Amino acid sequence: MSSRNGGLKLGTHNQRVEYGKKLVELGGKNADIVVLEADLGKSTMSSLFEEAFPDRYFEMGIAEQNMTSFAGGLALAGKIPFTNTFAVFASGRAYDQIRQSIATAKLNVKVVGSSSGMSDFGDGATHQSIDDVAIMSAVPNMTVFTPCDGIETGLAVEAAAALDGPCYIRLCRNDLEDIYPVQAGYRIGEPVALREGVDVAVYTHGIMAHAALAAAQMAQEEGISAAVIHIPTIKPLREDLVRKLAEGKKGVVVCEEASIQGGLNMLVSYILRGTGIPVESMAVMDVFGQSGSSHQELLAYYELDAESVLKKIRKAVVLP
Amino acid sequence: MLEAVEKQRLEEMAKEIRKDIVTMIGVGKAGHLGGSCSLADIVSVLYFYKMNHDPSDPKKKERDRFLLSKGHAAIVQYAALMESGYFDKEESIHTLKKLGSHLQGHPDMRKLAGIEANTGSLGQGVSLAAGLAAGLKLDGLESKVYVAVGDGELAEGQIWEAFMAASNFELDNLRVIIDRNGLQATGKTADRFRIGDLEGKMKAFGFEVTVVDGHDVEAVAQALDQADTVKKKPVCIIADTVKGKGIPFAEGIASFHNGTLTQEQYDEALRVLAG
Repeated sequence: MSSRNGGLKLGTHNQRVEYGKKLVELGGKNADIVVLEADLGKSTMSSLFEEAFPDRYFEMGIAEQNMTSFAGGLALAGKIPFTNTFAVFASGRAYDQIRQSIATAKLNVKVVGSSSGMSDFGDGATHQSIDDVAIMSAVPNMTVFTPCDGIETGLAVEAAAALDGPCYIRLCRNDLEDIYPVQAGYRIGEPVALREGVDVAVYTHGIMAHAALAAAQMAQEEGISAAVIHIPTIKPLREDLVRKLAEGKKGVVVCEEASIQGGLNMLVSYILRGTGIPVESMAVMDVFGQSGSSHQELLAYYELDAESVLKKIRKAVVLP
Repeated sequence: MLEAVEKQRLEEMAKEIRKDIVTMIGVGKAGHLGGSCSLADIVSVLYFYKMNHDPSDPKKKERDRFLLSKGHAAIVQYAALMESGYFDKEESIHTLKKLGSHLQGHPDMRKLAGIEANTGSLGQGVSLAAGLAAGLKLDGLESKVYVAVGDGELAEGQIWEAFMAASNFELDNLRVIIDRNGLQATGKTADRFRIGDLEGKMKAFGFEVTVVDGHDVEAVAQALDQADTVKKKPVCIIADTVKGKGIPFAEGIASFHNGTLTQEQYDEALRVLAG
């Protein structure tokens, strides 16, 4: 994914790898951390934990429902279980297990949705999670993490492990440039300004920060000043901070690699109700994905690339 | 073998549990009478003979755990908990399913001490119990995990995933108790959806299997003791039971799965149980 951050070229990390490494690091410090996998360990990178701590690694077979409730049982025994599979199965196949076995009892289970959004580009609609954000946000007691790069993934996993309660962590399959401002710290619920701007605020979660930063850079060349606000956790979300960051803007753009139904778009529109600030929406518009030859190709097709963000920024400036 | 006095004590306790079940359901309100009464004797043996548990310290690490995968039978567990002294019987017995009550329609561990897991979405309790058993083993604890499953519930696919996992991880601290009362909500299990050769299936899934009369406290106690000698595999106790057992007009009648009692039926049930 190409993006520039104030002209500064940065390193690249993979969220899955950073996740796996962080699990090993946390596992070394805390013997209660256990990891469950549904036969995708080489992809989710839970395999790194298996190598380090085989006794605390549970290969559950291709059985996501049992894996998820079983994780609930491990939490009942005081463990901190991380379940692993693709986001579409984590949130879909095991939805009832998350809701019933885990969330109603506030069990300390971390559900990790790997290869989220369209990032499993080749496998098509059945493997692309466009609805996981909405599904997981709808579950009471759930904290929903949507890190934007490999660096933030480590921070999110650490925060999730430290939080006593159910969590969903949404991870991308592909390599991402480092954009998270580590000096800003990491606090659950608080938006992070990746770039300052006065005309427009672009709200994103997950990987869309990359396209938004690139678009903001292009907008600046056109004389438009766009802020980029990353949302590290869709839930909880500090509504006061979201409102504050929109203050004085001509308009805001919300973009997410997830369905328009029940995602950040609806959330920001709700939070900004009554402010009169126009909202431009960008999301997967209530359709399933399909196979493509790259993640970038799909993002462009579904109008979630930098050029599409730029168009929305231009629109937001002239609104209403 | 149980001593005669011990056997009598467990039978008396089962009777108390059934009285509590009827009292909790009350008159003119829906309640899961049938599937709770079918478990009453088993629950009596678990709470008053077999399990290591302490009502004054409900979270004691070394305790044995009992989970109801068939969460709709919550009232049989509530009865055992109140008879054990986990909470005040007089204060609570008439609050079942009332707004704000800790006696929810299905077990809620966050509302009531002694409840080990939130169950009720059928087919999930064995997975929870197996995960719990695996976690206890990681900590080197000797605690046992008991999970009661309905026979109608066995149609849920996840439960067979859980059976495979229990066997795969050699969870010899897990005991699956199948309450084979032969009835589900809409009729006989044999007519509605056939489970087939349950004993053979459980053996094929890697369990040590025993079939007992689920209303014979001595047989249940013996099967539970026997389970402690099994190594490297999970244990399944198939308990043949009668839905509504102990309440003559409800015995074997599917409509008492979640039926209501008239004042006459309520009085009749308590009268029979007092005898």
